Amino acid sequence: MWLLLIVVVIAGLWMVGAYNGLISLKNQTVNAFKQIDVQLKRRHDLIPNLVNAVKGAMNFERSTLEAVVQARNQAVKVNASGPEAMKQISQAENALSGALTRLLAVVERYPDLKATGNIGQLQEELTSTENRIAFARQLYNDTATQYNTKQQQFPTTLVAGIANAAPADLWEIEEQAERAVPQVDLSGR
Amino acid sequence: MTSPDGNLFQQQEANRRRTTWLVIGFVLFFAWLGFGGDFLWALEGRHPFPWLGVILTVVAIIGVRYAYKTGPQKVLWATGAHELIDPQTDAERQLINVVDEMAIAAGVPRPRIWVVPDDDPNAFATGHDPTDAHLAVTQGLLKLCSRDELQGVIAHELGHVKNLDVRLMTTLAALVGAVLLVRDGMGRMMRGGIPIKGGGGGGSRKGKDGGPLLAVLLALWIVSWIIAPLVTQLLAFAVSRRREYLADAMSAQFTRNPLALASALEKIEAAAAPTTSIKRGAAHLCIADPLGRRFTSREGWLADTFATHPPMSMRISRLKGMGYAQLKKEGGLTV
Repeated sequence: MWLLLIVVVIAGLWMVGAYNGLISLKNQTVNAFKQIDVQLKRRHDLIPNLVNAVKGAMNFERSTLEAVVQARNQAVKVNASGPEAMKQISQAENALSGALTRLLAVVERYPDLKATGNIGQLQEELTSTENRIAFARQLYNDTATQYNTKQQQFPTTLVAGIANAAPADLWEIEEQAERAVPQVDLSGR
Repeated sequence: MTSPDGNLFQQQEANRRRTTWLVIGFVLFFAWLGFGGDFLWALEGRHPFPWLGVILTVVAIIGVRYAYKTGPQKVLWATGAHELIDPQTDAERQLINVVDEMAIAAGVPRPRIWVVPDDDPNAFATGHDPTDAHLAVTQGLLKLCSRDELQGVIAHELGHVKNLDVRLMTTLAALVGAVLLVRDGMGRMMRGGIPIKGGGGGGSRKGKDGGPLLAVLLALWIVSWIIAPLVTQLLAFAVSRRREYLADAMSAQFTRNPLALASALEKIEAAAAPTTSIKRGAAHLCIADPLGRRFTSREGWLADTFATHPPMSMRISRLKGMGYAQLKKEGGLTV
């Protein structure tokens, strides 16, 4: 009788611990996702200024700049919700990343351009902006992976239902254009 | 990916616990110094109330509180660092950006950024926890490192911040400083001729009625006073070595680029001139031993006892191992 009681108490304590662990990871995952949003928003706000700053110096690469502006406007417009939201956002943002990377590659190709005015600063800002987003995604993916692993592993999986834990989607780079970007850089030299 | 992060919670817990024990040990040590002195005095039939013990214990408690609270400021002040708020040069702008990026990668708030006017490359972090953290780099580091290398170094420091190494190490630095201060003060007092330890007169009386016990106690007590600074130094050494490997691993986790940190460490190692603006008390906080001690480049018990940092070559080869594993994995994916 006593033995049974002890077993029940221990099982109960373990369940509380596992449940709280899952909830904590879930909230971390949600928070990490919000951080990506913050960084994307920052990029959206930054791009008009950046483009204005280089417009004068870059008459010859109009199309690259226009592609950036267009991709940015597309990305701002995405206002989806529900299960499809993440896919749509990530598609639009990946397109914008691709356009920005091409712009960086162009700036990289003209050393004279780098020397003029604030192009060097622009380059640093662009690099940093892209890095911030990449690192925010990395943190989200790491946290989400931890969360997913935890809720699937035995024995935590037993309380996953009570904690309302569902696998979080990972942020993936699907865009072919973005994967191909480094080649642009190589052929330019 | 999971190795450093999986036991992050245990790391933080351990650091909290060790800080507490450090503080308790410090107070107990001073209590021993004080009450031990009172005991010796009482054996000689002097004053009945243990003034020395009470005073020293109270001083130690106040001192510890003060050291804990002001530790970060004291460390930064001692290195002559100035805070970077309004960036003027490209290098400073880049530093702020890199710290921002790595704070995002580590998932901690951005620490305050300080620059140490020293041409030798080095960096350290200080503070109590991630919400109250300071990150300092020397001007030499900004000059020497590429963007990627800077990222690696900053990520290493944020690793210390995230697992609360900074709390333990900063408290230790402040206590080492306090002990050195007390030691110097005592030395001056004794040289000034105030006979705290009952030197001349007490000696003859002790020979008559105290016996060997008193002599042993007296010797022990004096030795305690002398070795106090040494003990805190040894603590500083022991506390920091293993942490450097762990912070290197966390840096690799945040940047996914262990080779950049390896090459930064190589550069720092090559510019092995001592970092003159970083004093002995804060050496264990830095990414590379600022004193350029020879112990640091070796393994063995001597190095284990006296070096604040593991051998640079070991750290570099571990990082390169991580980088190689990563390359192999990525290569396997594309093929």
